[in-house]
Amino acid sequence: MNGPLEWQVFLRDYGGGETYLDWMMSAWGWTLSVALSALVVSLVAGSLVGIVRTAPVKWLALAGEAWTELFRNIPLLVQVFLWYYVLPSIFTVLSDVPSFLLVVLALGCFTSARISEQVKAGIQALPKGQRHAGLAMGLTLPQTYRFVLLPMAFRIVIPPLTSESMTIIKNSSVAFAVSIPELTMFAMQAQEETSRGIEIYLGVTGLYFVSAFAINRIAMFIEKRVRVPGMIGGGK
Amino acid sequence: MSLGNLDFGFLDWGVASSFVAKGLFFSIQLTVVAMLGGIAIGTVLALMRLSGRAWLALPAAAYVDTLRSIPLVMVILWVFLLIPLLTGRPLGAELSALITFTLFEAAYYSEIMRAGIQSVPSGQVYAGHAMGMTYRQCMQFVVLPQAFRNMLPVLLTQTVILFQDTSLVYAIGAYDLLKGFEVAGRNFNRPVETYLVAAVVYFIICFGLSMLVRRLQRKIQIIR
Repeated sequence: MNGPLEWQVFLRDYGGGETYLDWMMSAWGWTLSVALSALVVSLVAGSLVGIVRTAPVKWLALAGEAWTELFRNIPLLVQVFLWYYVLPSIFTVLSDVPSFLLVVLALGCFTSARISEQVKAGIQALPKGQRHAGLAMGLTLPQTYRFVLLPMAFRIVIPPLTSESMTIIKNSSVAFAVSIPELTMFAMQAQEETSRGIEIYLGVTGLYFVSAFAINRIAMFIEKRVRVPGMIGGGK
Repeated sequence: MSLGNLDFGFLDWGVASSFVAKGLFFSIQLTVVAMLGGIAIGTVLALMRLSGRAWLALPAAAYVDTLRSIPLVMVILWVFLLIPLLTGRPLGAELSALITFTLFEAAYYSEIMRAGIQSVPSGQVYAGHAMGMTYRQCMQFVVLPQAFRNMLPVLLTQTVILFQDTSLVYAIGAYDLLKGFEVAGRNFNRPVETYLVAAVVYFIICFGLSMLVRRLQRKIQIIR
């Protein structure tokens, strides 16, 4: 071991008049931006795909299944490379898109496959009678989804969606592979420059902990607010 | 659209055997070692958590919860950094990856095994005790075999995820399947094509394995 911990390393100047602590905080910002933007993408895409997979329209349901299988069976890192290297060379429009956006799309699509799984399960967990009752009352299929099925289904899937949101923070670490200056990238570079790997890694790991914990608290707050009275775990 | 620029002509069996095969072999090796080691250590961790003794349950819970809240890439970097500091000499990226994945996957497998053990009806345990079995015998001959069997599809699904995650050894430069394609792509100056083929190969393997797991799941459901 090379001596006791030297936390002063964070106050060292890395060039440009900023300390490693400043750099780490900006890296944390990148991690959160990538993760939260991808979360929005994945919630929108994942909900749509999940809904479509339960729709009584065969080709739509099949398209939804194909989407899920495609994005679930390729490693995230490989998907990031696909978005970053392969797609821009085929669709030249994409070559001007900043790499931040490409990583967000990669992480968002990857996670949307998993979220669609949860949303589909949530809709299927509802008694069939709900759908039939909605349609029998003269609601159109979209209305049945909007006013009968989805309000319940989304409440059911909040706990699994919470764990997906925590996973997306962790998964945002693959952005290091295309040089997004997020926490993992910071950890690798600062470790190399300072040779104080343990302190740097401890700091970064701590920030990942804090981020996941914060997401967990926010999700619990939302869960409490939208509880349905009379259901298991529901309030009065 | 400029699909016409893609040229897969350089990809032949020579390239596959000289660049890709070595990486594929390591990815499979890493998956199998981490699966077997992870399930073994994970089962022990699950038993510790369910033992009812705080001095066993708390360390196991801390281990599992800590590893599950850190990104795998960071764990890979941690082990790669720490082991040379502890042992005094550098460890190859490949060996470091084998250790990391075994330790990391143990946390995830242990959660699966814990759920599996808890899914065995308590009547089974009472029956074992009534027949004069000790706690250990009861676990070994009654509870664990059923837990394994019930959880087999979930354990295998986790293994497919594990296989996908092996690509993250990219962070320390170990030579896995993805690296094999990357090196080939750099040698022939065709990175776009090789990444595309890498994605297809990963997809075929993972989709095929998922299909097998699904079939197994249906089979087990009928027996039970």
